[in-house]
Amino acid sequence: MLSILRTVWEVFLHAFRPRVTVQYPDEKIPLPPRYRGRIVLTRDPDGGERCVACYLCAVACPVDCIALQATEDETGRRYPAFFRINFSRCIFCGYCEEACPTYAIQLTPDMEMSEYKRENLVYEKEDLQIDGPGKYPGYNFWRVSGVGIGGKDKGEAERESPPVDVHGLLP
Amino acid sequence: MMAVILGVLAAVLTMAALLIWLERRLLALWQDRYGPNRVGPFGLLQVVADMIKIFTKEDWVPPFADRAVFVLAPAIIILTVLLSFAVVPFAPGLVVQDLNIGLLFFLGLSSLGVYSVVLAGWASNNKYSLLGGLRAAAQMLSYEVFMGLSLMGVVILAGSFRLTDIVEAQRPMWFVVPQFPGFLLFLIAAVAELRRLPFDLTEAEAELVAGFHAEYSGIKFGMFFIGEYLGVVLISAMITTLFFGGWLGPVLPPLLWFLLKTFVFISFFVLLRAALPRPRFDQLIGFGWKIMLPLALANLLVTGAVVLGVVPGDARPGRG
Repeated sequence: MLSILRTVWEVFLHAFRPRVTVQYPDEKIPLPPRYRGRIVLTRDPDGGERCVACYLCAVACPVDCIALQATEDETGRRYPAFFRINFSRCIFCGYCEEACPTYAIQLTPDMEMSEYKRENLVYEKEDLQIDGPGKYPGYNFWRVSGVGIGGKDKGEAERESPPVDVHGLLP
Repeated sequence: MMAVILGVLAAVLTMAALLIWLERRLLALWQDRYGPNRVGPFGLLQVVADMIKIFTKEDWVPPFADRAVFVLAPAIIILTVLLSFAVVPFAPGLVVQDLNIGLLFFLGLSSLGVYSVVLAGWASNNKYSLLGGLRAAAQMLSYEVFMGLSLMGVVILAGSFRLTDIVEAQRPMWFVVPQFPGFLLFLIAAVAELRRLPFDLTEAEAELVAGFHAEYSGIKFGMFFIGEYLGVVLISAMITTLFFGGWLGPVLPPLLWFLLKTFVFISFFVLLRAALPRPRFDQLIGFGWKIMLPLALANLLVTGAVVLGVVPGDARPGRG
């Protein structure tokens, strides 16, 4: 009997406690930087596309929501002709970001992507591409990779020594 | 007269509708939430939104139900509760019909109110509804007995069944002081009578889906809903009248005092709902018969003995 009265009193005291509800659209909680939300395609510091259309993200994707087509420009630099993410399928697992060898595909803390029409959830390359380098500001894949593209031959990348001439006799 | 009737009707129905909002907000307050706060100022228009929803729902009568009784049942609860308000004295002169048997009228109508639940459970032709209805019948029977008895102490002290007389008799002292056990007994009986948590075994959603109103939808369900809230207002008004001096109080106008006291008890019923779990049915019935009934009888006996033995004969209430 006493415990019942105590319960009632304790519950009454809850009237003076702060409420735990977050009034979401009016009041937003800060999301951590590593929150897995809307997927973006980032650019190099010099403005070039980071994506080399290697298909690793599409392979890693457990729900097959990424579709792309690789192509090359005249200097031999690979890039996707189209890059499409169907966000109505995407489960925001982040495997594509893990698989990406060039830090091109990244997940951002934006999760307010609701749409009234389902088709609007299919994002094309121009919807995904952002202007900045995302989470890796200094990284420039083509400047550190050994692949030769227009304006940068083999051995000219950062911290790379010139290739060994395998046909030469010098040590 | 007509103005009083219409005024009471309008006020009571508005209060019942607002109580839906109030209960949700208060429950939320005690559970550290906000409750409905988006529609209109403080979410007040949530009631309107709910009304629109419930009015536009399909008014469905199951093909296996006993149609006439099924339709009648929700009307009974509204009818009995609204009729009970006829004897509630809101302020001096502000009472629809000041019957000299007002208290008995209230008790009688609250007993009739249970027919609504029992008939609804029966007419739904659904095993869960029937169980809810049966529980309602047993629960009402058990708790009605000492509900009436717990009020007899008040009647002995006031010497009248007329509710205005009972209020006037509380001028020197509210009856909650000399009749504190009676007050507690009536409070518990009232919760059981209202079929509200913690005694809402008739609709115990964990076991009986929704109990007696499992088959009801649309406006018929709405009537059960409003009937329950009307009942809360009625019982709170009765507690105020019988134990807390009704409209009596300093400074403020009588009607305001009455509404304030009633509001406190309405909030208390919501607090009980927020705080307490539902007992098992055999515990409920056992509690009623084995503890509350003897206590009510003892209270009546002691009150009667004190009034007979202590108060001199010609000063006894109702004799002078």
